[in-house]
Amino acid sequence: MSDTTNQQGLVQELLQRAAPGRAEFEDLVIVPIFAVVVALIVGALIMLATAIDLETIGRSYLALLQGSVGSLNAISETLTSAIPLVLAGLGLALGFRAGLFNIGAEGQIVVGGIAAVIVGFSFPNLPWIIHMPMALIAGAVAGGLYASIAGYLRAATGAHEVITTIMLNLSSYLLLTYMLGLDWMQRPGRSDPVSKSVLPSAQLPRLLTDIDPNLRLHAGIFVMIAAVILVHWLLFKTKTGFEFRASGENPDAARYAGMRASMIIVFAMGTAGALAGLAGANQVLGVLERATPGFSSGIGFNAISVALLGRSHPIGVLFAGLLFGALEAGGRQMQVDAGVSIDLISIIQALIIVFIAAPLLVRAIFPWGFQKPETGRKE
Amino acid sequence: MTAASTTDTAPAAKMDTHKDRQARIYGVVLIALAVLVVLVFGYGTAGDASFGLSRPRDAWVLPNLVIPAGPFNYVAAAILAFLGARQFLRGGAKWSTVSIAIGLAITVAAFLVWATAGKSFSLVGMLQATMVRAVPIALGGLAGVLCERVAVVNIAIEGMLLAGAFTGALMGSLLGGWGGLAAAVVIGGLFGFILAALVVTYRMDQIIAGVVINLFVLGVTSYVSSQVFAEYRFLNNAPVFRSFKIPLLGDIPVIGPMLFNQNLFVYGALILVGVATYYLFYTRYGLRARSVGEHPRAADTLGINVYRTRYINVTLGGMVAGFGGAWFTLGTVGRFDENMTGGRGFIGLAAMIFGRWHPVGALSAALVFGFADSLQQKLALLRTPIPSEFLAMAPYIATIVVVAGFVGRSRPPAADGKPYVKE
Repeated sequence: MSDTTNQQGLVQELLQRAAPGRAEFEDLVIVPIFAVVVALIVGALIMLATAIDLETIGRSYLALLQGSVGSLNAISETLTSAIPLVLAGLGLALGFRAGLFNIGAEGQIVVGGIAAVIVGFSFPNLPWIIHMPMALIAGAVAGGLYASIAGYLRAATGAHEVITTIMLNLSSYLLLTYMLGLDWMQRPGRSDPVSKSVLPSAQLPRLLTDIDPNLRLHAGIFVMIAAVILVHWLLFKTKTGFEFRASGENPDAARYAGMRASMIIVFAMGTAGALAGLAGANQVLGVLERATPGFSSGIGFNAISVALLGRSHPIGVLFAGLLFGALEAGGRQMQVDAGVSIDLISIIQALIIVFIAAPLLVRAIFPWGFQKPETGRKE
Repeated sequence: MTAASTTDTAPAAKMDTHKDRQARIYGVVLIALAVLVVLVFGYGTAGDASFGLSRPRDAWVLPNLVIPAGPFNYVAAAILAFLGARQFLRGGAKWSTVSIAIGLAITVAAFLVWATAGKSFSLVGMLQATMVRAVPIALGGLAGVLCERVAVVNIAIEGMLLAGAFTGALMGSLLGGWGGLAAAVVIGGLFGFILAALVVTYRMDQIIAGVVINLFVLGVTSYVSSQVFAEYRFLNNAPVFRSFKIPLLGDIPVIGPMLFNQNLFVYGALILVGVATYYLFYTRYGLRARSVGEHPRAADTLGINVYRTRYINVTLGGMVAGFGGAWFTLGTVGRFDENMTGGRGFIGLAAMIFGRWHPVGALSAALVFGFADSLQQKLALLRTPIPSEFLAMAPYIATIVVVAGFVGRSRPPAADGKPYVKE
């Protein structure tokens, strides 16, 4: 017997050498797939528990599929929902890489959106080639500055960024409510809190209106792609990115190597906030064309899930964002077709993250799906 | 410059200058507050501020406390300026915390007097509301203390409060108030157990685990609320625990209505804080729990079961949070609304840090937050020129200031946030 196990071990070792990506492949592909499947099954169980019959459950998952990839409109909706998720998720991923748990994307989105909308309605008669980038940059700068508060406090006083960013989130909602009530901000002739509309020259143009005027996909998708490339470059090809990753993996070693921890924290938070602010700017310039209370609609929190699901890797974040965008677009369809509340989607999203973040749990549920854990070799 | 400069003396010297600098910053802050009080609260303020110290039907009715607003605020500013100048010139860390605490209290008092000038304001009502609003924050903070003392960071307090609120409403509607309360405690404990399982057994990152539980609870409760409660309203109509007066003690002026004429949750929170303090600091189980939080390997070597200790304490913390969550429904309106905890759990977390990981500290911090919260509510009635949004922001900004200003001196349990792998 011992002979065969020895042989197995040898074979495994050889396999490991021949296909070094096997373990990573499991982590990157199989775990997420299992996670999505289990989450959908548990979602169905929850629907059953709330007295929804099997037929409706089937109909709702069909609607989920159709609403996310079933038609050109569905794909356009998926992409539209994915854009802010990917942008904010990239920012959070950058923070995670640098060892910062930034929960504040929501607040940074709100502040970025406010800044973008103000620039968006304030400068009439500007050509779009100046106005639109200006509004986007305003959003990014505002988000970046807002996040830098938490970064600075972390660097200067050691205040944990989880607490400060949560407080900044809560403050940002109140700031938004306050700003939307201001005379110069509120849309003339309206008593409810709605900002003035973004001028056409600052809007992100819709791309597919020639095919069907209802398609909402907008030029923000180019911003998103550019951001993915930029973050990838920043993280893996520059000295700054190396410093981010080094201080995230081992802050002490990074400090002994002469990296300035405080600068890295502030800069990483600022960049993360800028990306989240860009996400907010995308929402107000591309989708809503105005700011309303709650326009952030939890994107900042879903972006946490996106960043975790994407393993804090820009490409992973892109795919995770697309998946979550699909879930959201499909969820809206599901609500309409099957009458199942869209809140089910957030349950499914949370479950996906549980299984992603606790790979041991997935391995415990699906022991046959994975290599036997090699004791002593890993961890 | 060279390696020799990083010898033993260097950190000490650096720390001294750091303290000096901090003392001077506090001094500047105090002087700025003095200027603020003079210019905004003092200048041009006329009339008397009248504070009600008792309500008409109390056993002993105290006369209203009447303060001439202008003179009071000038005196307040003078005291602030004195404290600030002293702090700035003399430095020294010895009195700086006390000075800044007194300074902030005086500023708040000056603000209240300014806002009330020429009007009257029920101080006793506000203190009573302070206590009520402090309850979920204190219980959230207490749950955090229990978890972090065994080195498990509990971001999921928010989710546990929400789960408790939801279960309290649902089971309270079906089984009555006590049944709802018991179910809320059980659900809170269940989520505590799940958190423990995720972070202890499955070694998931503690903050991620907490965030996920928050997302999950928010998702489930919102889903059921919109899918089921909207249709079957009787499921979301729980009885409420009314406040009851403790004989004699409830008749003491000012303190009586604040502490002894409240509902079950206020009494429960006070008792739990006492019990938790006794448990953590005066029993062998508490000692074991704290040793697991400070040095799990040493505790393990001495025969303490680290995993079981963490499971038990995190579950207990979850039960406390579940009880606190029930306050939102069974202690107020008897009805559950989506995301009705609104970040109270996170403020509870801040209260825990502010309170230096001690139950009594967490309660005191929660009272400060509760005070800010009820102040904001009452000030809306006084029609101050400050927009209510900024007043509502005050507790959050205060939290940031507290976390930034005090975290250096309050030390978390040494192993906080780190998973423990048994060898």
